Amino acid sequence: MENPKIAISDLNLFIGKQHILKNINAEIPSKKITVILGPSGCGKTTLLKSLNRLTDLNTDVKVSGSIMIDNEDILTTKRDITDIRKKMGLLAQRPYPLPMNIYNNIAYGLRISGRKNKRFLDKRVEHYLRQVNLWEEVKDRLRDPAAALSIGQQQRLCLARGLAVDPDIILADEPTSALDPISSQTIEEKFIELKNNYTIILVTHILRQARRIADHVIFMYLGEIIEQGPAAQIFENPQEEKTKSYFQGMFY
Amino acid sequence: MNIKKIEERFFRVLMFCSTVIIATTLMLIIFSILYKGLPSVSWEMLTSTPKGGFYFGKGGGVLNAIIGSLYLSLGATFLAFLFGLPLALYMNVHLIKHQKLVNGIRFVLDLLWGVPSIVYGAFGFTIMIFFGIRASLLAGIITVTLFIIPIMVRGMDEVLKSVPRGLLESSLSLGSTQAETSYRVYLKQCIPGVITAILLSFGRAIGDAASILFTTGYTDYIPTSLNQPTATLPLAIFFQLSSPIVEVQNRAYASAVILVTIILIISILARVFSSKFHKNKINF
Repeated sequence: MENPKIAISDLNLFIGKQHILKNINAEIPSKKITVILGPSGCGKTTLLKSLNRLTDLNTDVKVSGSIMIDNEDILTTKRDITDIRKKMGLLAQRPYPLPMNIYNNIAYGLRISGRKNKRFLDKRVEHYLRQVNLWEEVKDRLRDPAAALSIGQQQRLCLARGLAVDPDIILADEPTSALDPISSQTIEEKFIELKNNYTIILVTHILRQARRIADHVIFMYLGEIIEQGPAAQIFENPQEEKTKSYFQGMFY
Repeated sequence: MNIKKIEERFFRVLMFCSTVIIATTLMLIIFSILYKGLPSVSWEMLTSTPKGGFYFGKGGGVLNAIIGSLYLSLGATFLAFLFGLPLALYMNVHLIKHQKLVNGIRFVLDLLWGVPSIVYGAFGFTIMIFFGIRASLLAGIITVTLFIIPIMVRGMDEVLKSVPRGLLESSLSLGSTQAETSYRVYLKQCIPGVITAILLSFGRAIGDAASILFTTGYTDYIPTSLNQPTATLPLAIFFQLSSPIVEVQNRAYASAVILVTIILIISILARVFSSKFHKNKINF
């Protein structure tokens, strides 16, 4: 692959004595949607979270190997971890809005990086809320608590909040699993739109979702990468037995 | 009647009886305090210090104890908050990956919570002797602070503990440091619980007699500095109730009414404040 955004090599991750990620070698293309696919408990969420080192928060975690993002190994870099995390927006399995009003949810990330000008913040908040099609729904109640929004709206707010800190990568961990079909569709459409400017990594176990939006696929099983490649190749012509039987619905 | 129905009825009666017994006991306590104390609560009682000595004098009121108690418990609550909030946040944000250590701290705090307050009083007294401090407001504040810190920290810890991991991850992935996450996200999410913990500790501080028995002393005067001994409401009850003089005993009952009223006001304030700050809380 030419100029991958992220290159993972020989990544091994243990939590306690459990070997969660085994010899992960993968390349993730820039400005495309990469889908990490696989049954529950295969380590796909852990792989995603090791990309912005949220795995650091686990007790007794050991990581080896390297994760190069823009030619910088984030596992050994001397740079501040918050700088690395800022490059990546995270969308979790269910929305976790911050305990503050709608406006401040977006402005929070800007404020902690020192942008405090009121007019600038107003503009940015509107911009990012428009970007996730939320502006029209909330423009008259920006000072209402984020908790008052529906789950689907909250997830879009979380996306907007992530975009507001100006990342180049979006990490999404089954972002539609708690959402209704309409909200899920909005999120998917947004991803397709956003891939022009962002590298998107999406973890999912919904095969149809992967088929709809993936450009590149990584298939994982029991902590290992079984197969990876361009979406068309993997879906049309999988090479490995495990991938084939997964696609046929033999296991989830 | 089948066995299930009997069981159901048995437990219903049991629960009903327990509720009635507890409610009646509480009512009796409040009633007897009010019955004996209300007639003695007068403007003079609230606004003047005892005349002719708190043990023998028949005139005056318990202003010294009211002011003293407020000074003492406000001071102790403030100090405990100053140390308690950072500890509780540190345990739940910074030490998130050291669960064993955090559980160790919790265990120690629970042990300290269980230590009778007279032991804190004795401990405070030894420290006073060591440093050569007399029984004073300062010594009392320090002792009571030590006594309520475990209560306050565990109270805050219980609410902070319930913040889901996802919120921490969200905040960190926006580029916040752990300190920003603590004070801007965790604290905001938990404000109602934090306020409750503070007021609970304040209630314990103002109501405890044993920890201040040796450490603050007792006096007829309102303290004008931290180095002076101080009267407090619980000790006002303790000392004056044992007096043979009826007027003095009445001051004890009045003190009880005042103490209960203060605690009642605090509880109501706690409710009001926590619901006011509840609106931004996310229900997970």
